[in-house]
Amino acid sequence: MRYKILEDVAIADVCFVAYGKDINELFGNAAFATEEIMVDTKTVKPRVSHTIMLDKEKLEDLLYDFLSELIFLKDADSLVFSAITVKIEKNKTYRLTALLKGEPLDRKHHVLRADVKAVTLHMFTIEKNKSTWSCQVVLDV
Amino acid sequence: MCKMEEEREEKQIPSKALSVIEHSSEVTWDIPASYKKGMQVPARLFATEKLLQAMDAGVFEQVTNVACLPGIQKHAYCMPDGHWGYGFPIGGVAAMDVNEGVISPGGIGFDINCGMRLLTTNLTFNDVQPKLKQLVDTLYNRVPSGVGGKGFVKLTKEQFRDVMLSGPKWCVGQGLGWEEDLERTEEYGCIKNANADKISEKAISRGIGQLGTLGSGNHYLEVQVANGGNIFDEKIAKKFGITQDGQIVVMLHCGSRGFGHQVATDYLKTFSEAMPKYGITVNDRELACAPFTSNEGQDYYQAMACAANMAFSNRQVIAHRIRECFAKVFGKSADELEMHQVYDVAHNIAKVEEHKVDGKWKKLVVHRKGATRCFGPGEKELPKVYQETGQPVIIGGSMETGSYLLVGLEKAREMTFGSTAHGAGRTMSRAKAKRNVRGDLLQKEMEKRGIIVKSASMSGLAEEAGFAYKDISEVVDTMEKAGVSKKVVALRPIGNVKG
Repeated sequence: MRYKILEDVAIADVCFVAYGKDINELFGNAAFATEEIMVDTKTVKPRVSHTIMLDKEKLEDLLYDFLSELIFLKDADSLVFSAITVKIEKNKTYRLTALLKGEPLDRKHHVLRADVKAVTLHMFTIEKNKSTWSCQVVLDV
Repeated sequence: MCKMEEEREEKQIPSKALSVIEHSSEVTWDIPASYKKGMQVPARLFATEKLLQAMDAGVFEQVTNVACLPGIQKHAYCMPDGHWGYGFPIGGVAAMDVNEGVISPGGIGFDINCGMRLLTTNLTFNDVQPKLKQLVDTLYNRVPSGVGGKGFVKLTKEQFRDVMLSGPKWCVGQGLGWEEDLERTEEYGCIKNANADKISEKAISRGIGQLGTLGSGNHYLEVQVANGGNIFDEKIAKKFGITQDGQIVVMLHCGSRGFGHQVATDYLKTFSEAMPKYGITVNDRELACAPFTSNEGQDYYQAMACAANMAFSNRQVIAHRIRECFAKVFGKSADELEMHQVYDVAHNIAKVEEHKVDGKWKKLVVHRKGATRCFGPGEKELPKVYQETGQPVIIGGSMETGSYLLVGLEKAREMTFGSTAHGAGRTMSRAKAKRNVRGDLLQKEMEKRGIIVKSASMSGLAEEAGFAYKDISEVVDTMEKAGVSKKVVALRPIGNVKG
């Protein structure tokens, strides 16, 4: 399972838990969940490529900024994505490079869902449990 | 089951606060400051017993977390439409001393100055019903909504700066509204101290193309009917422009769009980083805050004012477009249709106001998150037209069950720092609502009942089903029993455009 929506948490908003075998997959799945909450990604063709590069000291801050960037791109450039590959390198800081493929929003072709406003820090967590990484995110919609 | 799911299960247990809560009057419930370490003041919830029982555990934890914030005065309040949010509960009201207290973006929300606007017409249900489908189609086509909706007012950066600093006054100057709209807007549509230098380039990039967009979620514009049997105070209704049985009005609910969301996102990070410097710790990271007088606090307040003015402007230009749509469909000008604005109110905002605490007037930063200002008659903040009546308060309900126009009462200042509810309040999560109904089926079923609804998102429509909300009549009756606000007119929906 890439992600699942939790019911009854911050009930006017949307809470999801995303999973991954490592942090690359975790971040990719959390990003995919965020896109899925905004649009049915099956209707989004990978026509346009976009790269996001971020550098943060804390993994949580990295995830917060990464997901916030997706919401920014939805508003500023009208871009939504259906294919997301993430690579994170750890030296002194966490360095993220994400390759995103999608297309500009088009009401005629895309099945629209919620216009996500922001990533909240409410109950925001990243955890490692045995061999699985997971994160919990509440999006303001 | 993973750890997070186990934790989630724990949060389903009813709040321990219910074991210590005191029924302090018919519709007030107090949680003493001894309930949680760090509470500076007690928490007070406004509710009937039924509404209280229906509140999720998150509300009690969140309102008592708010009670821990530095400089909070009297009580941390929760309105009867309260539900689990992030940081503050939705329906939360908290007033902090300007000198010793904090300002918290989590007490305002990401959608800065999300709010309501109400326009009247001189049309009746019988005039509109035959053309209702055409009217809703026209509104849907002419007012951009949903994910990625682009605004119909194209702005240069310089003009966007004018919007931030002047609000609807700039719009009216461009012919996008009537002069009289300004005085019928909270704060005359312009929060002072707006400073565009406190705004990031990112916020400008996100917001510059969105002036004149509804957004999604619970944002909407709605054609409604004021039936004679639903007018509770004829004299005040008349003053508000509701003068005949079956009169058509239009209600609008939206906010500052991506611009405000980015301002809040930017400053949430700033405040999170600044808190250790001020020795502040909070129970929820969404309650990140800074002293109101600090550089960070003042920067945010000035940036928030820019976003608030953008939100007033967004509702202003959409109201202008609504007038154009009515003129087109009914073949008369908006003037001839007497499309006056009743009022425009914010329900996600912080403002500096003076209130009495322990018999002394104090300057306070009043946070209202999912709560509406509701000043009574004679308040200097109100325009001449509403000096006698008190402030109109617009309470948006679900698209199936209806909304209310209320008026603020004198006692509101003493009871809630002049604040009341903002809507019906959710009682079911979006995910659960979607599991219970399909958007397209709901749309057809509502049409059979005489409500035409159009939405950019069918899943979004399902999330907004009437059963996902509390009984709005019980919410407004609660605040009337408390002596804070009273019912003027109940409004029945007949046409709705959803984001």
